[in-house]
Amino acid sequence: MRPKHLLDFQEWSKDELLKLLETTEAMAQVMTRQVKKVPALQGFTIGTLFFENSTRTRLSFERAARAQSADVMTFSASGSSLSKGESLKDTLKTLDAMYIDAYVVRHSAAGVPYQLKNWTNAIIINAGDGRRAHPTQALLDAYTFKMNYPQFDSFEGKKLAIVGDVLHSRVARSNIELWTKLGAEVYLCGPKTLLPEELKTKGVTLTHDLKEAVGEADGVMALRLQLERMTDGMLPSLREYCERYQVNDRIMHYAKPQALVMHPGPMNRDVEISGSLADSAASVIEKQVTNGIPVRMAVFYSLLIGKDASPS
Amino acid sequence: MPLVHKAAIMSSVEMSRALTRIAHEIIERNKGADNLAMVGVHTRGVPIAAHLAKLIEQFEGTLPPLGKLDITLYRDDLSEIGLQPVVRRTEVPFDISGMRIILCDDVLFTGRTSRAALDALVDLGRPSVIQLAVLIDRGHRELPIRADYVGKNVPTSRQEVVKVKLESVDKEERVDLYEMGLGA
Repeated sequence: MRPKHLLDFQEWSKDELLKLLETTEAMAQVMTRQVKKVPALQGFTIGTLFFENSTRTRLSFERAARAQSADVMTFSASGSSLSKGESLKDTLKTLDAMYIDAYVVRHSAAGVPYQLKNWTNAIIINAGDGRRAHPTQALLDAYTFKMNYPQFDSFEGKKLAIVGDVLHSRVARSNIELWTKLGAEVYLCGPKTLLPEELKTKGVTLTHDLKEAVGEADGVMALRLQLERMTDGMLPSLREYCERYQVNDRIMHYAKPQALVMHPGPMNRDVEISGSLADSAASVIEKQVTNGIPVRMAVFYSLLIGKDASPS
Repeated sequence: MPLVHKAAIMSSVEMSRALTRIAHEIIERNKGADNLAMVGVHTRGVPIAAHLAKLIEQFEGTLPPLGKLDITLYRDDLSEIGLQPVVRRTEVPFDISGMRIILCDDVLFTGRTSRAALDALVDLGRPSVIQLAVLIDRGHRELPIRADYVGKNVPTSRQEVVKVKLESVDKEERVDLYEMGLGA
């Protein structure tokens, strides 16, 4: 049965995920037209609940909602009653009284979207919770890969390398979940302090050797290195990190010749990824941003339309 | 719900003759094939549009451009629908502004699909004319819509189902009338 929420990919079958990527293709066509708007979600109201700042993700969700004629209510935690001491539950109850069909939630604490779904009948879409999950980012990564990989046939047997600060990355966790579900092999690479052992599951290989991770890879994803990690003792020095883990033209020689380079942004040029590689033909980084809108349109459509979803 | 076969409406030969006549009518009404474009509504409108385009090329020497239209995002029942419909790609690889568009579908029934198709089309540009061609008109319109070209008018009841089968989709060509069975 079709899942009611998008919290992560646990409830989503491989078929449902592939269908979502196909719906994304139809939505991308809408965004190429002169009139970039369809009436599909007329009458639906979507609330964006960002307890952690992220202008670009919020704007991408809002654009996706409006492109399907949904109404959007924007709630930002700063300046709201939350800062006056109102509880999360009471805030949600207040918003629920305003007839909202779906919430897009971002929170710095893992699990908040799970908790919210118990307090409302509305649909919950996770836009990032702590280090745990960021499913629409993973979907747009997979979609960008699918649309740009030469003669793409299937995710089955493809090798994706995710390099960098895996420990703090919800993008990495969602991509691991999605790509292994789609049948790809995932290699995680980074320094020991940033590569948690518990991520080693079926289809996932951990390594500290960048050549092993990138070797014969079809896709290489560099993660943003949060520079504050330098000061908390997780990394010896920036220079050493760049020498061992920077994704650059030199290391890409070990990947397949048609391999694609991805980055979830925002990028530290010449830290986790070399500037020249980010601007090269192998890079699909700009396309990832563009594809955020059709992916989120497909997510809204798939969750809001039809009464055949699972009840909870 | 089980469907009980009631009658054969059209054979492959009859379908082909009807489409040939429609192609001639399109050429006659539009005074040639200049500026003409065929747009098929997913799923079975697409091969019908392609078939008509080929016939027009045969008769007039110019092949009208061909587009595919998915009307799912324009349906008027999305907020109440039970089963989620699959959204397919709209592919109209030419500018429809100023063109004479022949919108093609297999069956004209309530007119709601055609209404959605008209909305979808005008979002792509501003054609000079839109005309509607259908293989079967089975009546029961719920909107003020009529077809410009009809392969066959078939009087039906609302309990009946018209099924069009086309070679490229169904591996056979025929039109049949079914009755929705009781029980089950």
